[in-house]
Amino acid sequence: MEFLENKLFLIALTFLIYLGAQWLQNRLRVTLLNPILITIILLIVYLLVTDIPYETYRQGGDYIDFWLKPAVVALALPLYRQLRTIRKQLMPILLAELAGCIIGIVSVVITAELFGATRDVIVSLAPKAVTTPIAMEVARTMNGIPPLTAAVVVVTGILGNLAGFRIVHLTRIKSPIAGGLSIGTASHAVGTAAAMARSQRWGAFSSLGLTLNGLLTALLAPLLLPLLGYAP
Amino acid sequence: MVIQCSVIFAFLAIGELLVYLTGVPIPSSIIGMILLTCALQTGIVKERWVDRLSDFLVKNLGFFFVPAGVGLLQCLDIIKDQWLPIVSATIVSTVLIIAVTGWVHQLVRRAAHATGHNDGQKQ
Repeated sequence: MEFLENKLFLIALTFLIYLGAQWLQNRLRVTLLNPILITIILLIVYLLVTDIPYETYRQGGDYIDFWLKPAVVALALPLYRQLRTIRKQLMPILLAELAGCIIGIVSVVITAELFGATRDVIVSLAPKAVTTPIAMEVARTMNGIPPLTAAVVVVTGILGNLAGFRIVHLTRIKSPIAGGLSIGTASHAVGTAAAMARSQRWGAFSSLGLTLNGLLTALLAPLLLPLLGYAP
Repeated sequence: MVIQCSVIFAFLAIGELLVYLTGVPIPSSIIGMILLTCALQTGIVKERWVDRLSDFLVKNLGFFFVPAGVGLLQCLDIIKDQWLPIVSATIVSTVLIIAVTGWVHQLVRRAAHATGHNDGQKQ
């Protein structure tokens, strides 16, 4: 049964499950059947059933994870295509991002505190709105638990991907610029995937939101957290 | 495809180099993305050099997050103990970030329009 932990088999399995999940979503059109979510859940079940440790899956998974970095670089293209509109609105965008970044960190800390989370968990949750590499870096500098951060980042992304448009609608955000920006700010690249599926314009502002919030979080989280009582 | 990969990975490498030289706690990929946007804008890099690979990567962005998500497996114990604060903090802050970011953007824009200092008019 050693074949079940062969890394090329694990990579193929990841692709096949994702393909199946995508097919299922296209057939049934149920948003909760998000292919990313379904694939993650099925792979976790597979690893638990076969008793394969995460480290073993990781040896194959790293080859997929590797593309995350070039994919973030590639977000330059939709951003460039919308640059003219962005430059016209520099001030509103920067202020919105600053507000979103601060409210994000503060609200996570306060809510987690209220429900009795431990210190390690609180600082690991704080940067969860931004893309995995930044969030994990922040968790590491704050002496949190980086793997927990990575997992919560993905769950947050899926939440934004599934419910982002509904929240935008419910909070009466009208313009695609404000909406795209908010989704990217709250749920990084996974939320951006949903914005990109709507239109290039939504997607571009979502990429801008994830970039700016990524930068602001990397810079502000290590300063804000000590103010809230969580020094590294 | 070789040009496409060369450009994307070159910018990633420049990002890595800058992180290595300066030690800034910002991921190399974000730096690469900002620099590539500037290069496209100034015409140093042509859109057709990067469009096919970029569109492919951007379209499949979600898939690349799967292995990180499977990492949940490593922290099942913490999650079992503290699922309530984790879940509630995630939901509350996601809703708040979306609402506040969108509202501030709309408010500032409206204020700029009202006072006639719309940045757009300067261009």
